[in-house]
Amino acid sequence: MTANAGFPQAHTGGYEPDVYDQLVQDTQNIIARYPQARSALLPMLHLVQSIDGFVSRRGIQFCAEQLGMTAAEVSAVATFYTQYKRKPNGDYTVGVCTNTLCAMMGGDAIYEELSEHLGIGHDETTEDGKVTLERVECNAACDFAPVVMVNWEFFDNQTPDTARTLVDELRLGNDVTPTRGPSKVCDFKHVSRVLAGFPDGLADEGPSAGEASVQGTQWAKNHQAPHSQHPDTAAETQGTPRDGEPHTGDEGSSAERPTGAGTPTTDDGKDLT
Amino acid sequence: MSSDVGLAPVLTSLWDHPQSWTLKTYLDNGGYQGLRQALTMAPADIVQAVKDSGLRGRGGAGFPTGMKWGFLPPDDGGPRYLVVNADESEPGTCKDIPLMMATPQYLIEGVAITSFAIGCTHAFIYVRGEVVHVYRRLLNAVEEAYAAGYLGKNILGSGFDLDVTVHAGAGAYICGEETALLDSLEGRRGQPRLKPPFPAVAGLYARPTVVNNVESVASVPQIIAQGAQWFTSMGTEKSAGHGIFSLSGHVERPGQYEAPLGITLRELLGMAGGMRGGRPLKFWTPGGSSTPLFTDEHLDVPLDYESVGAAGSMLGTRALQIFDDTTSVVRAVTRWTEFYAHESCGKCTPCREGTYWLKQVLRRIEAGQGTPGDIEKLLDLCDNILGRAFCALGDGATSCITSAIKYFREEFEAGMHTPAAELFPPQRTALFDYTPRTTALTAVGGH
Repeated sequence: MTANAGFPQAHTGGYEPDVYDQLVQDTQNIIARYPQARSALLPMLHLVQSIDGFVSRRGIQFCAEQLGMTAAEVSAVATFYTQYKRKPNGDYTVGVCTNTLCAMMGGDAIYEELSEHLGIGHDETTEDGKVTLERVECNAACDFAPVVMVNWEFFDNQTPDTARTLVDELRLGNDVTPTRGPSKVCDFKHVSRVLAGFPDGLADEGPSAGEASVQGTQWAKNHQAPHSQHPDTAAETQGTPRDGEPHTGDEGSSAERPTGAGTPTTDDGKDLT
Repeated sequence: MSSDVGLAPVLTSLWDHPQSWTLKTYLDNGGYQGLRQALTMAPADIVQAVKDSGLRGRGGAGFPTGMKWGFLPPDDGGPRYLVVNADESEPGTCKDIPLMMATPQYLIEGVAITSFAIGCTHAFIYVRGEVVHVYRRLLNAVEEAYAAGYLGKNILGSGFDLDVTVHAGAGAYICGEETALLDSLEGRRGQPRLKPPFPAVAGLYARPTVVNNVESVASVPQIIAQGAQWFTSMGTEKSAGHGIFSLSGHVERPGQYEAPLGITLRELLGMAGGMRGGRPLKFWTPGGSSTPLFTDEHLDVPLDYESVGAAGSMLGTRALQIFDDTTSVVRAVTRWTEFYAHESCGKCTPCREGTYWLKQVLRRIEAGQGTPGDIEKLLDLCDNILGRAFCALGDGATSCITSAIKYFREEFEAGMHTPAAELFPPQRTALFDYTPRTTALTAVGGH
C-alpha cells in the first residue's frame, strides 16, 4: 500500500526493524484476504495489540501508513470497539458478565468479589500487570451463567470462590484451563494475534460443546427413538447428518426409553409454575 | 399439556460427538451431501427450494431467507457477496456460538450452497471477537474445507469457485445490525446505514450483498439434501422448520433445545426439568432482551413468529431468559437498559440521548429513590424512541421497559420508596449463597 508521506519516521515506525518487517508481512497477508484494503483495519488493530499489548500511538500510525488513512481516521475506528485497549492491558483480561441474566445468577457477586480481592475496578489492571478486570456484556453463553471470560475463553458456571481462585492462579503465573477452549488460556498478545486471523494450532484442543449445549441433543436421544424424532426422519436420506445416530461411547446412545416421542414431564414431573 | 411433543435435533445432532468439529466427523455423518446436490441444480432452483421451505431468518427479524436472496438484482458481471452475521450478541442469545464451536462445517457447507445460489465467489463470516476458540474452530473448518475441495477453485469439479474469509470483530453489539456489520467489515466504525438502499442492492463495498444469520445459513444444506417438504413437515404453516431454543436462567437444566417452531415454554420446561427448585415462573423473554417480556400467562403460547407476535412480543432469536419469583424486574430492566445505553452507537439522537435518560430514571427507581412521574417519564421516553430511532437497537431498548411496566407496574411504584434489593434480595436470585456487599448495587452495571 501507499506510504504516507506525512510520517517522517515511517520506515520502521518506531518499531525494531525485524518487528516492523514482520508487521508489514502480516499486514500484506491480512490485506490479501479482502477485496478492499481498508477491510484489513480491524484485524490490523488486533495485530497491533499482539505486539504492543494495546492500540499504541505507533500502532495507529502504522495502520494509517499501511492503509493510506490518516491517524485520526484509524483512531476513530479503534475507539469505537471495546476490545481495543487504549492503555497497556494486563496479560489476562478477566471479564465478568454483568448483563442481566448472568448478573442475576451471580455475576454481580463475582464481579464484586474480584474487584475487592484484586483492589481494582472496571478496566483497571493489577500492579503486577497480570490481570485487567472488566465487566463484559452478554458473551453468548447464558446457559452457562454466571460466565467469566479470560482472554475471551469461556469459564462457565462460576462462583465467587472459583473466580477468586482463577485470578490467584493467573497472578501466580500458573496455567488455567477454560471450560470450553484450549488446554490453557494464552496471554493477551497471543490471543490478539489469533484474532488478527493467524491460527495458533489450538483449534483441536478442548471439548466439542459444554454440558448445557447438549441438553436437548441428549434429551432427544433418551426420549425419542432414532428415526422417529420427527415424522419425516423415518424416510431420512441416507448419510445425511441427522439426529439419532448414536456415537460410540456416548451415554444413552441407544434409545433407552423407546417411546415414539418424548413426554415433557417424564424426568422429574416438577410443576413448572 | 401436550404429550407428544418432541425435539428436532438437526443442527445440534452431532454436538455431543467427542470430535464434532472435524471435517471427518461431518463427512462420516453425511456432510456435504447438500452441496453435492446443489452443484447439480440451477442456482435459481436452489433459491426456489429455500423459498419453498419457508425458512425465515434465524437471527431475530424472521424475514424469509429465500426471498432475501431473491431481492438481489440481475447479475451485472460485478461481484456480489454473502456475509454471514456471526456477531451473536443479543442478551440471552447463545445458539450460534456453540454451533460454530461444535459443528462449524454445517455453516461452511451452508455458505458454499448459498454462495452458489446467489452467484457469490467471495463470502465472509463476521464473528464477534470475544469468542476466540470459536474463531479458531472456524478458521480451522475453512482450512479443512479448502484442503478437501469444498472451497477454493473448481469446487468438486463443478467449475464453481469460492473463497471464504472469517473476520473477527472487536466488541460492539451494534455490529449485529446488518448494515453496521457491513460498515465494520469495511474497516469503519460500526454504525448503521440509512436504508434504502438495502444490502441486496448496495451492501458490502456498495455491491449486491446477502446478510444472513449463522443458523439460517447452516439450515440450508439439509433443506437441499432432504427437500423443502422435509423442512415444512416441522413447525407451523408460516413458521416452518426447526430452530434452536436457548433456555437460560432459573431452570433446572439450562441449555440448547432444537425443536420444531411452535413448541411452548411449558413443553420446553418439561424437558429442562422445570423451574429451579420448583419455584414459580415470574417473567421471561421469548427472543432476547429486545423482545417484550412474557409472564406465566404465556407458558402455552406456541413459539412461532405469528403466535408470539399475537401475544404481544416477538420470537426474536428464541433466547428464553427465564426468571423466577425471587427476581426484581426493576433490577433486570435497569441492567438491560444500561446495556443499551452502553451499546448505543451514538448516531441518532433518540437512541443516544433516550437510552441515557432511561438509564438515569431506572437507576433511581432501582435504588428506591424514584420521584413521582418517573413511570410516566419512562413511558414518554420510550414513546419518543420507538419508531424514531435509526435502527432496531433503539426500538429494542424500549421493549423490556414498556412490557415490564405493563405487567409489574407496582414494582416500579415501589421504587419510589423502597430499593429493589430490599424487596428482592440479590442473594436469593443468585445460584449460590453469598453475602452481598453493601457498596455497589447501583454501581455495578455502569461502564
